Amino acid sequence: MSYITATDLEVGYERPVTQPINFKVDRQDYLCIVGENGAGKSTLMKTILGLIQPVGGVVTTGDGLTKNDIGYLPQQTVVQRDFPASVREIVLSGCQGRAGLRPFYTKQEKELAVNNMERMGISELKDRCYRELSGGQQQRVLLARALCATGKILVLDEPVSGLDPKATAEMYELIGNLNKDGVTIIMISHDINAALRYATHILHIGAKVFFGTKEDYLHSSIGKEFLAGDNND
Amino acid sequence: MIEKLIQYLEYPFVRYALIVGVLIALCSSLLGVTLVLKRYSFIGDGLSHVAFGAMTVASVMNLTNDMLLILPVTVVSAILLLRSGKNAKLKGDAAIALISVSALAFGYLLMNLFSTSSNLSGDVCTTLFGSTSILTLTKKEVILCVVLSLAVVAVFVLFYNKIFAVTFDEDFAKASGMKANAFNLLIAVIIAVIIVLAMNLVGSLLISALVIFPALSAMRLFKNFKAVTICSAVVSVVCSFAGIVISILAGTPVGSTIVAVGVGVFAICSVLGRIMGR
Repeated sequence: MSYITATDLEVGYERPVTQPINFKVDRQDYLCIVGENGAGKSTLMKTILGLIQPVGGVVTTGDGLTKNDIGYLPQQTVVQRDFPASVREIVLSGCQGRAGLRPFYTKQEKELAVNNMERMGISELKDRCYRELSGGQQQRVLLARALCATGKILVLDEPVSGLDPKATAEMYELIGNLNKDGVTIIMISHDINAALRYATHILHIGAKVFFGTKEDYLHSSIGKEFLAGDNND
Repeated sequence: MIEKLIQYLEYPFVRYALIVGVLIALCSSLLGVTLVLKRYSFIGDGLSHVAFGAMTVASVMNLTNDMLLILPVTVVSAILLLRSGKNAKLKGDAAIALISVSALAFGYLLMNLFSTSSNLSGDVCTTLFGSTSILTLTKKEVILCVVLSLAVVAVFVLFYNKIFAVTFDEDFAKASGMKANAFNLLIAVIIAVIIVLAMNLVGSLLISALVIFPALSAMRLFKNFKAVTICSAVVSVVCSFAGIVISILAGTPVGSTIVAVGVGVFAICSVLGRIMGR
């Protein structure tokens, strides 16, 4: 059984914005979701996360994964840009999902936060204010937080948007390393070239839907078309 | 002056006013940070106008205990306002404006149509700008206020980490399995209780000041959530204590004096923040 299985999934608000989508994500996969702007990538992601209900079809989790085991790296919101919060506070808040009604963090959770900050190379930033960090550093903070929520699977929404080339490369490297360490990755990306470099599977949504391994995608008509369009830009 | 103050403190009504004022200020500052960050600075204003409307209805109906009507109505409005959030057809600020202005208008209309008092404009003025009723509190009212305030503080401390998580990133909180909607509901209920409590102190026009000034002042000085929250609580308590004392000594209206002190502190914090390079 796969971590996540989507069967004839149609996503949208009230009416579907996508064709029926079928895909599955296994342990340690690296799935990139690509497609034109407005194809419904973010909506699909929110459906996978359970933030919105599917219009049709179902998403099921399995292989020991529950809905709460999914870590999420959202796109930045307006609220966060002037939020007075230290890095440590934000990373710790990733543990909140498992806390239930328990009011305070346990020692283990605090250790987990420290470890994940170390893992993302942001330990020395722990008392800094989030809004004063660079874009790349902020993304690392949010990654560390997502890792506090789960070590199994991360869902990343355009993790490199707005980053400079160096920070972008570092971010991909970081995500790639997490994947090698056994973390399953689902990533929305505009950057098809990076997607093809790191991903094991591609889900292309739009007028036509493709799901398969990266190699199959490169040989499919839809993949060739999309890549040709992208390279002409 | 000190002697005069000590002399005043001998009166129980002055002590009651200080206790209640400080507690209300403490409560209202706690959620201020969350509300400012969620772009709901004006919810205090909107809700207090709703409470004003409810109060006029209660007085028209000759209810002996108007809290029975005011509190539920305000809580329901708070829930509706905070819930409308992202997907609503009416966005947060528009919804607040709509509800607050119409409640104000209907409240005044009702008061005019079914007035039971001879001094209508005086009545309206006291509800809008804070009455002297904080100086005429009975022991029973003080106890009620103390109990409610302590409950608010206790709930806030217990749910502090969750309120932080939900305020900072609601989507993430939901995705990792938190019941974010339940916590938004909790925030709405607490804020409604605070507003109803605070109406006695500063009146329904000035209530926003009590909620947002301490938070804004603290955000000028500190950069992590815990420090901002603690600082805004301290600022709020100091401001309202000073405001009440000044108003007693100088004979000024309580509500506007507290707000004026708040404005002063905000200005000082802004300058300090500038100097410290934050």
